[in-house]
Amino acid sequence: MDIFGDIPWYIYFAAMILKVLVAFVFVLLTVAYATYAERKLIGFMQVRIGPNRTGPIGLLQPIADGIKLFFKEEIIPAQASKFAFVLAPLVALVPAFISFAVIPFGDSIQIAGYKFPLQIAAYADKAGTVYDLNIGVLYILAMASLGVYGIVLAGWSSNSKYSLLGGLRASAQMISYELAAGLAIVCVFMVSQSLSLQAIVADQSGLFGWYIFRNPFLFVAGIIFFICSLAEINRTPFDLPEAETELVSGFCTEYSSMKYAMFFMAEYANMVTVCAVMTTLFLGGWHGPLPSVLNFIAKVYVLMFVCMWIRATYPRYRYDQLMKLGWKVFLPITLFLIMGNAIWMTLFK
Amino acid sequence: MVSLNFYLVLSAILFAIGTIGVLTRRNAIVIFMCVELMLNAVNLTFIAFSKYLGNLDGQIFVFFVMTVAAAEAAVGLALMIAYFKNRESIDVEDMNLMKW
Amino acid sequence: METLFFLIVAAIAVICSLMVVTNKNPINSALSLIMTFFCLATLYVMLEAPFMAAIQVIVYAGAIMVLIVFVIMLLNIKSEAGRRTSHALFMGISVGLLLLVQTWYLLVKSSLSSVRGTVDSAMISKVGHTELIGKSLFTDFLLPFEITSILLLVAIVGAVVLSKKKL
Repeated sequence: MDIFGDIPWYIYFAAMILKVLVAFVFVLLTVAYATYAERKLIGFMQVRIGPNRTGPIGLLQPIADGIKLFFKEEIIPAQASKFAFVLAPLVALVPAFISFAVIPFGDSIQIAGYKFPLQIAAYADKAGTVYDLNIGVLYILAMASLGVYGIVLAGWSSNSKYSLLGGLRASAQMISYELAAGLAIVCVFMVSQSLSLQAIVADQSGLFGWYIFRNPFLFVAGIIFFICSLAEINRTPFDLPEAETELVSGFCTEYSSMKYAMFFMAEYANMVTVCAVMTTLFLGGWHGPLPSVLNFIAKVYVLMFVCMWIRATYPRYRYDQLMKLGWKVFLPITLFLIMGNAIWMTLFK
Repeated sequence: MVSLNFYLVLSAILFAIGTIGVLTRRNAIVIFMCVELMLNAVNLTFIAFSKYLGNLDGQIFVFFVMTVAAAEAAVGLALMIAYFKNRESIDVEDMNLMKW
Repeated sequence: METLFFLIVAAIAVICSLMVVTNKNPINSALSLIMTFFCLATLYVMLEAPFMAAIQVIVYAGAIMVLIVFVIMLLNIKSEAGRRTSHALFMGISVGLLLLVQTWYLLVKSSLSSVRGTVDSAMISKVGHTELIGKSLFTDFLLPFEITSILLLVAIVGAVVLSKKKL
């Protein structure tokens, strides 16, 4: 069949399943230990110790948390709209994970004469040409824009004032910051001239090949993209949808047990995804001094550390400040960046 | 390959369902959603024809339809909010005055 | 195989669109509509239009429907209280069915006869769907494209004026 590109179908399927499993398990483990790392790091930054009771230096803490949440009682409010209430955590979790399908996490590897690109939604034919999703970046944007439904549904279906306010804030925030993030990515398109993530990574070899170092406009675009992504996944300092000090716990006030754990996982999985996308689009993907996969992982972890660092450093924005930042600061700047980038590209070809 | 008629029949069914929704529902937002459904049914025809005629013009039309739908969503929803502020309802049966 | 897949997706699309029309609760209608849009995006991928599929998800599911859900939540619209009278219901459904019969008749009686273009699967996988769309949009359809920007501007101005505190 044509879609397997003259690779035997069993090798094709085995490679696909293996890639999916490895990527999925890796993301799950990262999510589990990101919670531990975040508590430990913020602890150190605030001159506390952080979790240290469960296992050596508290290493079993995520597992203990998981078991605790798993055995908690499941509570569905009587006035809640049941179907949406159960659906919401799933809708929040799934887009975070499936964005990984298009992110290239390593160079292609050769096994037994066949070439396998380390990207889930990609394959190579016998000649060694790698085919991947032609619209990879748009796919990521689409999935990012779906993440909001989980939060909005949770907020609406709980039938609680706090949850509803959290859901409202989440949808307004997502719409506002999606625009600036999308416009920042346009700068990348202009340089890469392709929407395929394989092509974008291949174009960034060498330290000064990284898009963030290509020109000053792309540098600013990279930083804006990262900040907007933080706002889109509701990380501190933009975590208004679940602001504890004003909204109890925002959209997940009424959730308990595994459903709450799923929102928690969605938040961290989103963080991993955003860091991976940032790495791929601006920081050279898997290029670097180490073996390709390790480069990618190292960059993602450094970015996740930055996320936690930001959380420990900045206080939460006020709602009007957040909207002002999105619409009156980032949107005009990104529009200007696109113009500047175009001028730079025509001047210094 | 799926025959072109399959797509056309599907699009006709979706369009009819959208029409029924517009004519039988009273909630203005649901009517609005049914209009979107009708637009999408038409988009499907455009893209199906574009594929079977080997011509991209149909897809460009879909592009324009989506732009119009986005503009329509912005203005339409703003109208509904403005109306709701005045009448506390978005039932189309209540929209029986040209001014208030 | 492909036809079977098409039939499954089409069945889901039809069921979800029926739920849009029949659900009492506007949020559930909106969710069903999002599902319908997803089915349509799947069909666009089957029709070798991946760019249109991505745009479908980004624009419809990601922007327009979020806006609609936002307004439903903002106005806190609960389930519909009144219903149409049975006369109106009957008339509406019969007009819809008449439309269906009409299109059906048109389909049966007509045949696809037009000049075939040059775009085929080989060209799409070689050049890329996005590139083809872009080229067409910025050469043959440049004027409509520019006019679209005016349309959007008008829509923005309209939305801003309409949402002022005192109309």
